[in-house]
Amino acid sequence: MSKTIKGKIWKFKDNINTDVIIPGRYCHLTDLNELAKHCMEDDDPDFAKKVSSGDILLAGDNFGCGSSRELAPITLKAAGLSCVIAKSFARIFYRNSINIGFPIVECTQAYDDASVGDTFEIDFKSGTVTNTTKKKNYKIVPFPDFIEQIVKSGGLLKCKDLLSQ
Amino acid sequence: MNLVEKIFAKHAGKKSVVPGEIIMAECDVIMGNDLSTSLSIDIFRENGFKKVLYPDKLAIVMSHFVPAKDIMTAKLCQKVRDWVKQHKIKNYIEAGKGGIEHVVLPDEGFIKPCDLIVGGDSHSVTYGAFGAAGIGIGSTDLVFAWVTGKLWFKVPPVIKIIYKGKKARWVYAKDMILLALRELTSSGALYKGIEFDGEAVAGLDIAGRTTLANMTAELGAKCGIIKADQKTIDHLNKTRLKGTKFDMSSADSDAKYEKIVEFDLTKIEPQIAQPYSPDNVCDVSDLKRVKVNQVYIGSCTNGRVEDLRIAAQLLKGKKVHSDVRMIVTPASQNAYLSAINEGLVQIFIEAGAAVSTPTCGACLGGFMGIVGPKEVCVSTTNRNYPGRMGDREALVYLANPAVAAASAITGRITHPEEINVPVTV
Ligand code: SF4
Repeated sequence: MSKTIKGKIWKFKDNINTDVIIPGRYCHLTDLNELAKHCMEDDDPDFAKKVSSGDILLAGDNFGCGSSRELAPITLKAAGLSCVIAKSFARIFYRNSINIGFPIVECTQAYDDASVGDTFEIDFKSGTVTNTTKKKNYKIVPFPDFIEQIVKSGGLLKCKDLLSQ
Repeated sequence: MNLVEKIFAKHAGKKSVVPGEIIMAECDVIMGNDLSTSLSIDIFRENGFKKVLYPDKLAIVMSHFVPAKDIMTAKLCQKVRDWVKQHKIKNYIEAGKGGIEHVVLPDEGFIKPCDLIVGGDSHSVTYGAFGAAGIGIGSTDLVFAWVTGKLWFKVPPVIKIIYKGKKARWVYAKDMILLALRELTSSGALYKGIEFDGEAVAGLDIAGRTTLANMTAELGAKCGIIKADQKTIDHLNKTRLKGTKFDMSSADSDAKYEKIVEFDLTKIEPQIAQPYSPDNVCDVSDLKRVKVNQVYIGSCTNGRVEDLRIAAQLLKGKKVHSDVRMIVTPASQNAYLSAINEGLVQIFIEAGAAVSTPTCGACLGGFMGIVGPKEVCVSTTNRNYPGRMGDREALVYLANPAVAAASAITGRITHPEEINVPVTV
């Protein structure tokens, strides 16, 4: 994970589930470009056309609830999103994202003040999220050390220490 | 310790564990279906792995897109089959030989009380009905378990849910879990374990227990456990586990819970989850004149033969409403065969329902019962998010099999008491 991420945000509500992130009807697809075309389709059918590479998704509570499909973070990544910031994440989505090295940030305060199109900067080193449009700073809920170790390795299967434990 | 902690401690080789602790635990069964396994195979290959550590711990059940719905899914299933052969996975359950993994594995003797089962499917929590910790995982975690036999876990805080009181006629386990969703919401058990207790839980049959445990996924739970008892043993003794000595551990009397929630069932009526979330629950009789286009009875939540019996009881000698298409998809070959032998399939067909081979199919918007824009479907499944069963504007209501069958007869969402069914003892 790079030390800082900067991008424009898209805002979604609480309980965004994996069926919305990538519907079951596309789950047999393997081509990343094809998957990307259907990202968030059942919430906003034009999302895939509107999103630009490097954009950030901002959501409320329980982001990624529902199915265990790992295609959810894979599709968000394929669509060009650089990170998801949410008040909280559903547990399987959380693990899946960490496991594939897709950046996710738990931050409880950033959501309410933000408007679509605001620019956000995430500084993993200092553990802060900044809404640069509104000039506001928020604290990131830090990963436990164990998870930080997976993140630093770039994903679960790159974590040699764990594989040999 | 509570039961969740005991199971984690046992599999981590520790005397005790506490919530928040991160452990590496041995898995008893490593489950995958066609969809999660297919992606795991790609990940396994991309990362250069060559060998599954304990091939006999793997159980691969073809359920989501079988029988293959098109060429793409046929290729996906082919990939899984070839890999299974190559790695000599003996617990491979093909279409025609099993059904939906969460029904097949316990019925075929793969699940034991106090086991730790990881599954590449969120409804792996269903194994909690047998006193096991069933935990849903994604495809990378699945690969990690394939190559190491283990997985890391954070020991969760546990909520105890107690159900008391006698249920009214037409109230089932589905209504018990919908009631919990109504009160606790979709994030009510996020990152948490659940232990069920109370006389109403002990009183449930195995089918009811699987329904209850199944939808703890919709509460966001990591696992949802009903401690094993004589009914569990009797069920497992009908499988290849016959004669096994089971670990019947239960929570200590001073076990700690994050909170204890109690529900009194004496006053509740059938519950129904309205679009677009499983926690958007109300009483069935609160809904007035909602016209129905499709009724679906099936899935790992309510596709056992016990569920089909409930539906058949209402449909016997009646017709599915002319504006409704009704689809019955038994969850397993066993359920299907029992339904044939008991004359249930005849009742469904004479009523004008389509009866299909076991598959996840329509439950995940795959095939065999996709719902169109603005159409209303009353379904015994577990999720009604936008697009889950088809078009993003389809309106899916989640209910028990009696409500589903009653609604199929009248063509609108209906309390089963409206249908004249003699009480049998
Ligand atoms: S029946 Fe539905 S919920 Fe159950 S495993 Fe299949 S797709 Fe998932």
